[in-house]
Amino acid sequence: MPNIVKYGGYSLLLLAGILAPLVIYPVFLMKALCFALFACAFNLLLGYTGLLSFGHAAFFGTAGYIAGYLIKQSSFGPGLGILSGTLAAGALGLVVGNLVIRRQGIYFSMITLALAQLIYFLYLQASFTGGEDGLQAIPRGRLFWFINLENDLTLYYVVLAIFLGGTLLVYRTIHSPFGQVLKAIRENEARAISLGYDVNRYKLMAFVLSATLSGLAGATKALVFTFVTLTDAHWHTSGDVVLMSLLGGMGSVSGPIVGAFSIVTLENELSDKVGSFVTVIIGAIFMVCVLVFRSGIVGEVSTLYRRVVGQREQ
Amino acid sequence: MTTIFGVPITALYGQLVVGLVNGCFYAMLSLGLSIIFGMLDIVNFAHGAFYMLGAVLTWFAFTQFGISYWWALLLVPLVLAAAGAIIERSLLRRLYRLDPIYGLLFTFGLALVLEGLLRYKYGVSGLPYSIPDNLQGVFNLGFMFLPKYRAWVVIAALLVSLTTWLIIEKTSLGAYLRAATENPALVGAFGINVPAMTTITYAVGVALAGLAGVLAAPATQISPLMGSNLIIVVFAVVVIGGMGSILGSIVTGLGLGLIEGLTKVFYPQASSTMVFFIMAIVLLVRPAGLFGRER
Repeated sequence: MPNIVKYGGYSLLLLAGILAPLVIYPVFLMKALCFALFACAFNLLLGYTGLLSFGHAAFFGTAGYIAGYLIKQSSFGPGLGILSGTLAAGALGLVVGNLVIRRQGIYFSMITLALAQLIYFLYLQASFTGGEDGLQAIPRGRLFWFINLENDLTLYYVVLAIFLGGTLLVYRTIHSPFGQVLKAIRENEARAISLGYDVNRYKLMAFVLSATLSGLAGATKALVFTFVTLTDAHWHTSGDVVLMSLLGGMGSVSGPIVGAFSIVTLENELSDKVGSFVTVIIGAIFMVCVLVFRSGIVGEVSTLYRRVVGQREQ
Repeated sequence: MTTIFGVPITALYGQLVVGLVNGCFYAMLSLGLSIIFGMLDIVNFAHGAFYMLGAVLTWFAFTQFGISYWWALLLVPLVLAAAGAIIERSLLRRLYRLDPIYGLLFTFGLALVLEGLLRYKYGVSGLPYSIPDNLQGVFNLGFMFLPKYRAWVVIAALLVSLTTWLIIEKTSLGAYLRAATENPALVGAFGINVPAMTTITYAVGVALAGLAGVLAAPATQISPLMGSNLIIVVFAVVVIGGMGSILGSIVTGLGLGLIEGLTKVFYPQASSTMVFFIMAIVLLVRPAGLFGRER
């Protein structure tokens, strides 16, 4: 793609992001942005390192709980709260990562799922999380003493900035030499080892980065909704983020974002109308994606685009 | 009253029996999961959903058609085996050439659909199912009272698991199966119908999960959510035991059930997390699992 088209496209998207809350309900947009960042962070593992984590809700939820608790119970402002939550998720990522990289392939997914369930049960029993009731009434407060986050529109631009910062970091990571090594591991782990790369170290770094950014998304979401519940740490949320990447397309940075917006919109539209039937629809989308739609929306569209452009050039 | 570490010994025995019953379910599920994984290279996330279906179908057959527990014990696994065979033939078969990740994702979707449908229909509250007449009551063992139904579950589950193990390890059918797990192309070249064996394997695995569900129906709360809670624990069991060995998964399942029962007596807060802690320790000490080998 010529650079002008590419950067023109990015500028248009940015403009759309800035203008969107004038047309669409900002809280919905913020939710979508948080999940989009979550999905991007998750896809750093699935799409670029070839590791399917089925327990990413643990990081998302942990950051939300820590951020929410500190903002509510101590003098931490929203900025410091989000930072602490994010770092807590990163630290948890380091612990979990050290365990899970000991096994490969499908075991990796089962272990992440089981460890996330362990963390879920801990939050269910812990007193600071509020158990089944969740952590309620987290004050949004002021960022840097002068930005009032109680205003939805103001908060939206803060969330947009966090989202852009997070995804940019993912983008830079993927296109760095470090990202190339991750791709090499995905394609052929044995070969990466024989080339002298300390594969486990790279995997662990990718895992921690992914956990940290998932935490950033989770902590931000806690501030947006002013509450955190067990749902955020439940395996359903882990499944949702897998589906976002799969549906949008795991081969690109934009794929998970598209997937996140699609799923959040879908759940928003359907949950009033069909209630718990949403789970059935989500499951069915999973099955259809795996059977016929493995490169996702972005993957299919770019294949189509290349085919059309290719024909014209011939 | 006799106590051990401040716990009445009867309570200890009682929880050990409950743990053993749970361990039987872990064993039957991880057994099915292992043979399916061996043959299809798919981790069947829907395994918990089939276990749940087994229990719900038992309840449904009784309330709708008056089919008794004993007939359900035979019919429900057969129905589920047929369903499994159809799913394998029509859908799973398309995934064999792909990364195993896709098998996990597909069966995860299937589990969500099955669980969601039943949840939509029946809600999340427990469906009542009573213990069949001839298994009600208790055995007086002198040192404790053993509920007859629990004893029956343990015996039945052990018989089924050991029979499965014998079939796989000692019969010619089992030999074909083990050979096809190692090298399907070569076994196919000897004139053995490998695709048919794959279908049978999946059907048998699903039937085992369904049978565990029937056994669980009178012993636990029947609810559409019972499967997904269990399958995650079973995944941990499989990671601890390693999927390489059939006998290994039976022993690990039973052992972890017992440990969970003990935890319930001595430190109840940790009873839901114990298996996961053990998994973490096993990963640190012996990453390939107790009976596993790295593939």
